[in-house]
Amino acid sequence: MRYHIKAILWKQIKDTLKNKTILIQFIMFPVMTVIMENAIELQNMPEHFFANLFAIMYVGMAPLTSIAAIIAEEKEKNTLRVLQMSNVKGGEYLLGNLIYIFVICTLGSLVIGLAGGYAGKTLLTFMAIMAAGHLISAVLGAAIGVISKNQMSATSLTVPVMMVFSFLPMLSMFNETIAKVAKVIYSQQLHLLLQDIQHPELSVQCMTVLSVNALVILAIFIFAYRKVFAISR
Amino acid sequence: MAQAITVKDLVHSYGGKQVLRKISIEAGEGQIIGMLGPSGAGKTTLISILTGQLMPTGGICQVFGKDCRHMNGEDYQKLGIMMDSFGLYERMNCFDNLKFYQMLDGKNTDDIDPVLAQVGLSEAKKTLACDLSKGMRNRLAFARAILRRPQLLFLDEPTSGLDPMTTEAIHEMILAQKKKGATVFLTTHNMYEAQKLCDHIVLLNEGEIVESGSPQEICRRYNHQKKIRLHLVSGEDVQLQHDAKAGEKIAAYLASGTLETIHSTEPNLETVFMELTGKGLDK
Repeated sequence: MRYHIKAILWKQIKDTLKNKTILIQFIMFPVMTVIMENAIELQNMPEHFFANLFAIMYVGMAPLTSIAAIIAEEKEKNTLRVLQMSNVKGGEYLLGNLIYIFVICTLGSLVIGLAGGYAGKTLLTFMAIMAAGHLISAVLGAAIGVISKNQMSATSLTVPVMMVFSFLPMLSMFNETIAKVAKVIYSQQLHLLLQDIQHPELSVQCMTVLSVNALVILAIFIFAYRKVFAISR
Repeated sequence: MAQAITVKDLVHSYGGKQVLRKISIEAGEGQIIGMLGPSGAGKTTLISILTGQLMPTGGICQVFGKDCRHMNGEDYQKLGIMMDSFGLYERMNCFDNLKFYQMLDGKNTDDIDPVLAQVGLSEAKKTLACDLSKGMRNRLAFARAILRRPQLLFLDEPTSGLDPMTTEAIHEMILAQKKKGATVFLTTHNMYEAQKLCDHIVLLNEGEIVESGSPQEICRRYNHQKKIRLHLVSGEDVQLQHDAKAGEKIAAYLASGTLETIHSTEPNLETVFMELTGKGLDK
């Protein structure tokens, strides 16, 4: 198992460096945060405004779309089949990819956090909030990738899902109705935590929404995984 | 001879349609066994079952005595598999494509260069898979299959769509594997390939075995004409009935110096397949 996960991580690093579609997902928001935080200063703009805004969009977009695209491509190009015949278990393959996506997105989050002016304990809190979001999004993306037959179908599924999880928190800042609806999704709860990062408080509502979201996404993932990986073997 | 593959009364259904019907095959170690049949005959399904990718509906299917339904990592170490779709990592070069599989097995990269040389890809080792020609991709997929020094090699249509030169090169590589003692299980719809490479051929049509044996045996079995064809120096072809008189006539032609070559008139595998199924191998 150790060899398998190590090899998958190595392969992903080699592959991603040449995969512009995936690479752009990882660097787009960190780069935008650096630019916006340094270039724009609006009157009465809340502290860490752009960092918080882009951080949540990063959570809802990067892990979800990249892992879905990676898995769907492996299915489309039949490399996943070859891997299965090389005795790589479905769980090992997904774990390798999840670790990879998680590490890359954590590095991206670090850039966003530092660009937003977070430091010390606040930076650690920021990173912890982001890590929770990356994990949930990556599992959801993995489920989409596993269900999808090819990259095209993965994209058609990830786009609406990504829009919900990355844009609703941003739109909720401008509309109360959207804010009320958005409270039931994990990215909005993480956004609320980020907005009050100096005094973070895990309310019952926040804990419930995060747990329910995580459990539902995990259930979808397990269903998809069993459907795709268990039948053929 | 120990059996590398044992298949008995194997059946497989998909979507209510029976795609394999009571298939029984045995392949001894060190043999090349060929599944010859048109598209949709069930050749790839059979390979998928034998390599543990697909659960059969019923029957026995064993590789080195182990049920294909329960193959583990140790069993896969004995197999080299090249499916019809190459399954290469397009954005990685030839060397890295092979290195990845070595890493999965926890092995070092020492074996990669010799294998690349063996398949004629040494100069292209740093070329990305997406920049390779179809023939080169085929070689790379073959290299991946033989990298583990497999005892049993599964090749699904290994030369499909390739030019004659590359086809010939792949044939040489397959025969080299046999020389090394590997058993080769290949599917093809090319009768020349089957005739040239295989010790044993199974003719498959619509999921059913219609004939099996060595290529020579099968052709002799369907040699209904029993004739001998003589090609004379003058360019004329003469057909003789295969009986005692034929010997005398051949002796006479030889004595007069007018005989150039002697040919048998047994059918080829395609003709046999057509006789058995009413259709050609390319259908």
